[in-house]
Amino acid sequence: MSFIELESLEKTFTIRRKEGLLKRSKREVRAVDGISFGVERGEMVGYIGPNGAGKSTTIKMLTGILTPSGGRLRVAGIDPSPSSRLRSGRGGPNRERTRLAQRIGVVFGQRTTLWWDLPLKDSYGLMHRMYRIPDARYRENLDRCVELLDLGELLDVPVRQLSLGQRMRGDIAAALLHDPEVLYLDEPTIGLDVVSKARVREFLRELNASQGTTVLLTTHDLTDIEQLCSRVMVIDHGKLMYDGKLAGLHAVGESERLLVVDLERELPPIEDVPGARFVRAEGPRQYLAFPASSSAAPLVAAVAAAYPLVDLSVREPDIEAVIAKMYGGTREERRESLM
Amino acid sequence: MADTRGVGRQSRVADIDGADRQSRVADIDGVDRQSRVADIDGVDRQSKVADIDGAGGPGLVGDSSRALASDSSRTYPLASDSWRTYRMVAGMWIRSTMTYRSSFALTLFSSFCVTFFDFVVILLMFGQVEGLGGFSFAEVAFLYGTTGTSFGLADLTMGSLQRMGRRVRDGSLDTFLMRPAPLLAQVAADKFALRRFGRVAQGLLVLVWALVLLDVAWTPVKVLLLPMMLVCGAVIFAAVMVLGASALFWMQDAAEVTSSFTYGGNTLLQYPPTIFAQELVRGVVYVVPLAFVNWLPALYVLGRPAPAGVPGWVAFASPLVALVCCGVAGIAWRAGIRSYRSTGS
Repeated sequence: MSFIELESLEKTFTIRRKEGLLKRSKREVRAVDGISFGVERGEMVGYIGPNGAGKSTTIKMLTGILTPSGGRLRVAGIDPSPSSRLRSGRGGPNRERTRLAQRIGVVFGQRTTLWWDLPLKDSYGLMHRMYRIPDARYRENLDRCVELLDLGELLDVPVRQLSLGQRMRGDIAAALLHDPEVLYLDEPTIGLDVVSKARVREFLRELNASQGTTVLLTTHDLTDIEQLCSRVMVIDHGKLMYDGKLAGLHAVGESERLLVVDLERELPPIEDVPGARFVRAEGPRQYLAFPASSSAAPLVAAVAAAYPLVDLSVREPDIEAVIAKMYGGTREERRESLM
Repeated sequence: MADTRGVGRQSRVADIDGADRQSRVADIDGVDRQSRVADIDGVDRQSKVADIDGAGGPGLVGDSSRALASDSSRTYPLASDSWRTYRMVAGMWIRSTMTYRSSFALTLFSSFCVTFFDFVVILLMFGQVEGLGGFSFAEVAFLYGTTGTSFGLADLTMGSLQRMGRRVRDGSLDTFLMRPAPLLAQVAADKFALRRFGRVAQGLLVLVWALVLLDVAWTPVKVLLLPMMLVCGAVIFAAVMVLGASALFWMQDAAEVTSSFTYGGNTLLQYPPTIFAQELVRGVVYVVPLAFVNWLPALYVLGRPAPAGVPGWVAFASPLVALVCCGVAGIAWRAGIRSYRSTGS
């Protein structure tokens, strides 16, 4: 059995709407509509999709914040949903949820998990006791986080006075003090500048390598996925659309790479090279598209043999465009559901 | 030659070592024994933890963290875990308020004053009339003091629940739900405000005043009934607050409704039941059992008949009612958590 396992997981929200004075219409929205997947220990997985696809809802069920409407779910062998509690006969609304909380770490990019009015170190002190972290372990983890995330000067500052990037680093440290086996990151780099993003990514990579922490990451920044995750899951309309290697997304999305060719002088469009498609020309510069799955080498050779080449470069496809293509088919539907 | 020199050096080293160690010990002994104890404690704890870690070693981080997790994922009884969480969170907020002592003293004093002026109204009223609904000033003060203390205690411990509506609406309750501690304790202790003790102090003060003035034939039963009604009253108020907070999971703006039962109930109970309509009195006996906070037991203490035609023994039913209230509130709270929807994103 996988470390994180979902089996046709569902979450339905009922939306009540006013229609006239007393009339109310009820409508069911399936935020998560039968998702199944497994994540092994130590994997780093990207979980992506457009706004409202059900990413955060999935994460919230995995952390025990939301109760699933249907399906099964297990994280580290624990099922936090209340129905399982009833089945196992072990009472208490908090039991399984708190047991799970000890083993996972969560970072919400949009929201801090720290105490807003307290200095960072007070928040950490409280975590220390709430999670019952052994003293030496706590000190060791805190020192490591302070060093790697450069928190030294921030420890005495109340959270509300921190900048977004500082707060995010503080949040990540807070999520790791108790040595979680799984770390969920919900848009961890949202709103951060380039330097802060790079720092957060570097830290996560290092964490995964040295501690073997399983990481599940939702993001809109595909660079996060490119740099961190070997596996990516794409979700839309509460359904899993793709699960596999990042590279494989190109094949699914029928994406193309772009060969940018600089010629000695302006020439008619290059249309006689097999496997390439002429896109456009800007003076002596011409753009050729070719399938992302095929190699650029024969193409370059063919162009170089037939044309006076000065310079060339290959542009990787924009994953955002690839995913947009995947979503394309369902977009109309979404517009309807939003109306 | 070489041999003796070697020996000499050795002994010298030994000497130096000895002296050094002695002086260090002396220093420690002389200067502060406490720090030494702390040191020893620290070393001890470290080595204990090192033991736990030791099994893992550097290459087996996964193993050691698993050991830690299995240790910490032990379950604890809900009541003691809640109490532990409450103390921890409240303690932190108290410490953080105490960094500004004078500001705290000022807010405590103002909280005391606000509730005190509340009582001044009753004082002024009795300047004009002899009795209220057949009750003397001392008797009304007794009612005021008992409900005031009970409500103050409930407000002190559970008052933060009022703000939960905002947390449900903006989804910041998520944060509490992902921590390994009972939710109710976390929410109730959040932003714990010791200044609310002002209300308790005022209630107790009025109660003492009433007890001095009252002309009651104290029996052991009546003496025991007094602390019982204060505690049960606080529990009933607290249960109503939890019940109201549970409603916030479905209706985020229902805090006003809850306030009408808690703050409103407190105001109601400050006055004798004889001045209210019978229907209202029946309502707080049978529907929202606020009458068990002080009216029913207090009327027994004052030697007056129970209102709304209820039998005399109900004066002692407060613990039972408090228990039932807690049960209902607990069920509602659990149902609330289960239907928590969080927010988008």
